[in-house]
Amino acid sequence: MSTSTADLAHDHSHDDELVKVSLLDRMPGRGSSAAWPLGLAGVALLVAGTFLSWSYTGDVLGDLSINFYPGGVQICMIALGLVALLFLLAHRGPLHRLGEWLDTAGAVRALGLGAVIYMVIVVAVISVQSGGLINVNPGGWISLLGALVLAASGLMLVSRQHRDPLFAKTSSWLEILTIIVLMALLLFGAAYALGIGDGPSFSLFLIFVATVALGLTRAGVFTWVGLIAQKNRPVLMLGAFTVAFLFPFTQGGSDENMSIATQVLIFAATALGLNIVVGLAGLLDLGYIAFLGAGAYVGATLSTSAFATIGWKPPFIIVVVVGALFSACLGLIIGSPTLRVSGDYLAIVTLAFGEIFRFTMGNLDGNNGPDLTNGPNGIPAIPDLAIGSFDFGQPHTILGITLGRFANYYFLLLVLAAFIILVFSRLNDSRIGRGWVAIREDEKAAEAMGVNVFGLKLFAFAGGAFLAGMAGTVKAHHDVSVTPDQYIFLESAFLLAAIVLGGMGTVAGVLVGATILKLLPEKLRFIADYRLMIFGLVLVLMMRYRPEGIIASQRRKLEFHEEDEGLAERLEEVHLEEAEAKA
Amino acid sequence: MTVTETPPARQPHTVGAPILEARGVTMRFGGLTAVKDVDMTVNEGEIVGLIGPNGAGKTTFFNCLTGLYKPTEGQVTLSGQVIPPKPRAVVIAGMARTFQNIRLFANMTALENVMVGRYCRTSSLALTSILRGPKFRREEEATRARAQELLDFVGLGDSAESLARNMPYGDQRRLEIARALATDPKLILLDEPTAGMNPQETKQASDLIFRIRDSGLAVVVIEHDMRFIFNLCDRVLCLVRGEVLVQGTPGEVQSDPRVIEAYIGGDDDDDDDDVVAGGATEVRTPPADTVTDPTEEKQ
Repeated sequence: MSTSTADLAHDHSHDDELVKVSLLDRMPGRGSSAAWPLGLAGVALLVAGTFLSWSYTGDVLGDLSINFYPGGVQICMIALGLVALLFLLAHRGPLHRLGEWLDTAGAVRALGLGAVIYMVIVVAVISVQSGGLINVNPGGWISLLGALVLAASGLMLVSRQHRDPLFAKTSSWLEILTIIVLMALLLFGAAYALGIGDGPSFSLFLIFVATVALGLTRAGVFTWVGLIAQKNRPVLMLGAFTVAFLFPFTQGGSDENMSIATQVLIFAATALGLNIVVGLAGLLDLGYIAFLGAGAYVGATLSTSAFATIGWKPPFIIVVVVGALFSACLGLIIGSPTLRVSGDYLAIVTLAFGEIFRFTMGNLDGNNGPDLTNGPNGIPAIPDLAIGSFDFGQPHTILGITLGRFANYYFLLLVLAAFIILVFSRLNDSRIGRGWVAIREDEKAAEAMGVNVFGLKLFAFAGGAFLAGMAGTVKAHHDVSVTPDQYIFLESAFLLAAIVLGGMGTVAGVLVGATILKLLPEKLRFIADYRLMIFGLVLVLMMRYRPEGIIASQRRKLEFHEEDEGLAERLEEVHLEEAEAKA
Repeated sequence: MTVTETPPARQPHTVGAPILEARGVTMRFGGLTAVKDVDMTVNEGEIVGLIGPNGAGKTTFFNCLTGLYKPTEGQVTLSGQVIPPKPRAVVIAGMARTFQNIRLFANMTALENVMVGRYCRTSSLALTSILRGPKFRREEEATRARAQELLDFVGLGDSAESLARNMPYGDQRRLEIARALATDPKLILLDEPTAGMNPQETKQASDLIFRIRDSGLAVVVIEHDMRFIFNLCDRVLCLVRGEVLVQGTPGEVQSDPRVIEAYIGGDDDDDDDDVVAGGATEVRTPPADTVTDPTEEKQ
C-alpha cells in the first residue's frame, strides 16, 4: 500500500518535470550534439575578442582601444570565459568527474546570458559615450558574438543527471584551500572594485560578479561551499578577519576608499546589533538609529570638543561604556512599556521613539531646555581619538605602507564589529537564543513551557541598544561632528533594509546587505537621484523571489516557505550532514 | 452506554498526599460562564481523567490551571502553595502541559524543542553565554543530555535531529509530552493526547502515561476516548456545562446515568460516528444548549 502511493507520488513528480522541460525541449536544437562544441567556440570567440580593440576612442570604460592589451572591462570577460570553459569541460571532457556533482548546463546558461547582457551594455555605453555604433571596434562585436554563441549553447545543453553536492565527500585540505582561495578572491575583488573610478565600469563589474555568482549557484557550488563553511567555521572566521585586516594595506594610504570602508563598517556594526532585535528576537524596531545617535551624543559631549557641554572628560574606553549603558537604558525605558504590544504596534511605537529622540536632541539647546546638544547645530569639531600615544588622526607607516586617518578608525571598527559578531553568534547558540527562536515560533507555547518571554524580548531590545551605543561613540569621533539630522528615520529604514536584503538572523547576510547599501550609493553616484527608487524596486523583487534574504539562515528560510515540504526535508538533510561533521 | 469489557486489573500503586488542589475555579467570558466553581484534587502518583462533551469547559479549565487564563474566581494550589495565574510561574512551580492542537516549535529539531523545555530549569544569562565559561559548557551539556534522555524515554531517541514539522503526527504528540517533561514537573496535564491516533498508537500512549506516572508524576488527562480513559485513570471527573457532574472511580462514573444522559442527551441529533467497538464511544457532539468553550475554537 505504502509503496504504491510512493510510486504514484514519484510518477507524479516525474510528470511535473517532464512538463517543465518540454517547453525548453521544443526549442530548435535542444539537446543536439552541436551544443557542446558550440559552447567551446563561444568561449574562444569571447576571449579572442577581448584581446582586440573594443572601442575606437580611448576614453570609454578605461582604455579599450589597444589591440592585444585587455583593459579592466575586458579582463572580466576573460575571467567569465574561463569559468564557462571550466563548466563546459566538466559537462563533457577531461573534468567530467566533477560534472557528476554539478548542474553544468545550468551554469553555462547563466554565464552565457550574463555575458550577453554584459556585452550589450558595453556596446551601448561605447556607442552612447563616443557617438554612435561606428565607434565599436571589431573586438567588441566578436566578443558579443561569442557571448551569444555561449548563451545559445547553454540553452541547448541538457542538464545531466547529477548528484546533490551536499553529499560530496571532500578532503579537509581541499575544503580549507577553497575557503582560502575564496577569501583571497574576496580581498582582491573588493580592492579592485573600490579602485574602479567611473560608474559604468563599476556597474559592469557588478554584473560580472553577479553573473559568476549566479552561475556558481545554479551549478550548486554554493551548496557545497555553504556546507564546508559550516564544517570549517574557525578557518572561515579567521580567513574573513584576515581579509578584512589586510584590506587597508591594499589601498596604498589613500583615504578615499577607506572612508567608504569605515562608513560600511559603522553601518554594518549597527545593523548587526539590530539583527539581534529583528533577526533573533523577531521584534520589528523602526527607531533603532536613535540608539546609535544616543551613543554618538554621549561620545561627543564627553569628548574634548570645545563645543561639548559637559566638563567630564574620561578616557575613551569609559566613554564607550557610558555611551553603551546610556543607550541600553533608553532601550529599557522605551522597551518596558511597549514590548507588551507586538508586531505592527511595536513598529509604530519605535518609529515614534526614533523621531522623539531626534527632536529632543534638536531642542536641548538652552532655549527649550538645558543646553546639552547645541540644538540643530550639534556638536562640531570633535577631535580625533587618541588611545595612549596612538593618535587616530595621524597617518602611520607599517611595513612601508602608509595607513591614513580612516585606516586607523577602520581597525578600531573592525574590533568593534568582531565583538558584536561574537556577541551575536554566541547568544544565538545558547539557552537565550533557543528562547528567542521559541518566541518567534509560538509565543504562547513558549510561555507555557516556562520561557521568560517578556524578559527575553526586553533583553534583546536593551542588548541591541547597548551595541548600537558602542558603535555610536566611535562614530562621533569618526564623523567629527554630531547633529540631529544624521539620525533621521530613513537611516533606520536603511538599517532594516540591510537586514532584510542580506538575510535575517545571519552575520554574513547582514554584512553583505550593509556593504551593498552603503557601498553602491558611493560608487554609483551617477544614478544617485534614483537611489531610493532602485532600493524600493530591489526590495519588492526580493520579497517576491527570495523573502529570506541573500544569505538566509535555514530556520528563516523555513519560516518564509511554510508550505515547502521538500525544502524542509532537504534542510533536515543539511542539518544531519552538519551534525555528522561535528561528531 | 455500558462498557462490556472490564478494565484489566492493575497492580495497586501508592497514592500519596494531594499535590494539586483547585478550589472554586470559575471562568467567565463576559456573560458566559465557561467554568463554574470547579474543585479538583490530584494526589501524588495518580492519573486523573477529565471527560465531558465538547464545549464542557475542559480545556478552559486547563488554561485556568496553567495560567494561560486568569480565573475569575478561585485559586490553584500546588504542593500546598498558591500559584499565581501566570504560565511561567505555573511551570516553575512544577506543572506542565501539552496542547489539544499540537503547538510544537515547528522549525526547530526535536532535540531543540525539548531543550527549550529546560529553559526554566537552567540559568545561564547573557554574560555567561557570551563568555562561555566552564559553568556554561557544563549546563549546556547537561541540558542536551537531559533532553536526549527524555526523547529516549518517549521513544524518539533516534529522531533527535529531525525537524518537528517533518515528524509523523503520533511522534509530534510524544515530542510535546517530552518537551513538557523537560520542565521537571510534579504534575503533567495532557490535553487529548490520543486525538487522531489509531488503536495501536493509543495503546502506546497509555503505556507512556503509565510510565510517566511510575516515574513519580501525577497526570491529568483530557480525553474523549472512553475506553482509553477508563483503562488509564484512577479517578475520573465528568465536566458538563462548566460544572463537575460526577467524580469517582472509572467504574462509578461509567455506570452513572447522569453521565450517559449528558453524552447522549436524549437528543436525536446524535450524528456521532466514532463508535468504538466494545460500546465505549468517542462522543463529539455536544448537547444542543451547551455553552461553547471559546478556547476550543481558538486553539
